Amino acid sequence: MPLNNLDPQNTEPQVTTPERYHGFSIFMHWLMVPLVLGLFSVGFWMVDLTYYSAWYKTAPHYHKSVGILLAVLLLLRLIVLFKKRKPAPIVTHSKAVQGVSKLTHALLYMLLVIIVMSGYLISTADNRGIEVFNWFVVPGFGEFFEQQADRAGLVHQWLAYSLIGLVVLHALGALKHHFVDKDATLKRMWWTKSNNSTEEKL
Amino acid sequence: MKKFVFASLVASMFVAPMTQAADYVIDTQGAHAFVQFKVSHLGYSWLHGRFNTFSGTFSYDDKDLAASKIQLEIDTKSVDSNHAERDKHLRSADFLNVDKHDKATFVSSKVVAKDGANFDLMGKFTLNGVTKEITIAATKTGEGKDPWGGYRAGFEGKTSINLSDYGIKNILGPASETVQLDLVVEGVRK
Repeated sequence: MPLNNLDPQNTEPQVTTPERYHGFSIFMHWLMVPLVLGLFSVGFWMVDLTYYSAWYKTAPHYHKSVGILLAVLLLLRLIVLFKKRKPAPIVTHSKAVQGVSKLTHALLYMLLVIIVMSGYLISTADNRGIEVFNWFVVPGFGEFFEQQADRAGLVHQWLAYSLIGLVVLHALGALKHHFVDKDATLKRMWWTKSNNSTEEKL
Repeated sequence: MKKFVFASLVASMFVAPMTQAADYVIDTQGAHAFVQFKVSHLGYSWLHGRFNTFSGTFSYDDKDLAASKIQLEIDTKSVDSNHAERDKHLRSADFLNVDKHDKATFVSSKVVAKDGANFDLMGKFTLNGVTKEITIAATKTGEGKDPWGGYRAGFEGKTSINLSDYGIKNILGPASETVQLDLVVEGVRK
């Protein structure tokens, strides 16, 4: 793992923008791909399970367990995001593209945060905690507002759809930059050095 | 339905003075009234729940029981089975469909005296937008002065309904088709 490749930038007091995202952020980014897609798929499927399905109890249990883990990872990821320097926008991108990318990234983070929070609020509206894989219990703090489970449920559902819509946009954008524009957009979210890294630094 | 409830209320105002019936407000303020249900879980056990928000009035005449009447309006959103996730499911279109029908009502049409303190309370029950005639097996549990200057009368009623009669598809299994309703009503005389 070439994590140490990136570290010199942190020890340097001068302002140098890294050529790619922090190794931890890259790791978190790719770890969250299966987590988020998995949570969405399971969530979408489990709400229509019949009462007598063998998954009726287990699917929500796993969904909640993984969701709590995602919340923890998200918190760590956001800390790193704010603490570590981000790569500069790619110069060949128009201001509009840079703006849309920035907005998309901000929305993705915001949606993820609100979705995990609303998920928590559904299950804990009656003070019950959330059992995470039977390892430990995240305590519940009851109702913060009227009809909490229902309202948080609507938020959870519709923001999850919005998130997946944005994820598709995000992925298509990255693929377009990689395969059509052939720029470093996607490479900045991978550990190996990109070929044209020296050009970007200029 | 609301109009009907209102109309029957208005009607009862005019009818009441002609009989000796006294009018009561159901004591939801002091929570001395309960709208409860129980339904079989898998055929092995019972699930109990209740509606926390409801209101109603009744008039009751000891001498002329047949002149007694009751109307009750239940806020279906207030369903409480002591589990937020389940209550959310109960409020959904799978069960109570509260977005479309946030009220369940009972308006009595006939009272038939039975032995002792028992009587049958017949009337129209509306749930999920469907109205059916039901009979509640009721009992007067007591009446008299309360310690705070008022006068109270208490009743109990039991009935059962089938989910499918009210347009609720039973997804819980055959043992859970019938829901038992338990009403505990204490009224304060107006």
